[in-house]
Amino acid sequence: MSKRVEVDITIPNQTKYLGMIGRIGESMAYSLKSYNGNRRELAYHLNLVLTEALANVINHANNCDPDKEIKISISASDKDLIIKVFDQGEGFDIEALAKLKASTGDEGGRGIQIIYKLMDQVRYFRQDNENILEMTKYPQ
Amino acid sequence: MQLNITEHDDIVKISVAEERMDAHNSGDLKEQMLQLFDDGKCNLIIDLSQVRFIDSSGLGALVSGFKNASARDGNLKLCCLQPQVQSMFELTRLHRVFEIFTNHDEALESF
Repeated sequence: MSKRVEVDITIPNQTKYLGMIGRIGESMAYSLKSYNGNRRELAYHLNLVLTEALANVINHANNCDPDKEIKISISASDKDLIIKVFDQGEGFDIEALAKLKASTGDEGGRGIQIIYKLMDQVRYFRQDNENILEMTKYPQ
Repeated sequence: MQLNITEHDDIVKISVAEERMDAHNSGDLKEQMLQLFDDGKCNLIIDLSQVRFIDSSGLGALVSGFKNASARDGNLKLCCLQPQVQSMFELTRLHRVFEIFTNHDEALESF
């Protein structure tokens, strides 16, 4: 039985760190050993969902305040790959947002829909005075 | 964001010289396009050959440029998309909005 690999990261609330975290997400795609799908595509998708989730926290939950921080946890085992992004904002109704279909002419509103399309399970819940966006990918 | 601009008659080509086009830098492209629109240049080609990664903010910047160009009777077309970037347009169905060309000569000739 292989062990779970877990990485916990804290970054300043600044978009310049998006690329760095995205690259870590890409690397973690190769830790989901039993994944049978296109691994390069999975790496790209993990980079993307991390970028979307973090940009959402930076711009909305943390109101672009560069002095705030964001916690991220990525863990992978044979059974799943779980990304958690923590925020201390007011929270939002993620399912309502996911149901809103961005019209092709809209400039924004695609981030959450992209996360739902690319991950197998998405949950957003409150725990210990913070919100957690939990995004899970299972081996195909 | 590093943007290289070349003009071909009344068509302006913007080459995005970045590997990532995301929430950190896509505002720069949006501002550059608005500057061109203010200067009366409304026919744009965006060359994405160097872009390996695009997120919803990058897509939003391109939609903004497309809408502004169209509102001024111009057009914004895309060329040279890498496969993963192309897949993002398909995922979001934006490939139905933009004219996408495999190389910039084809894009130029289409105006």
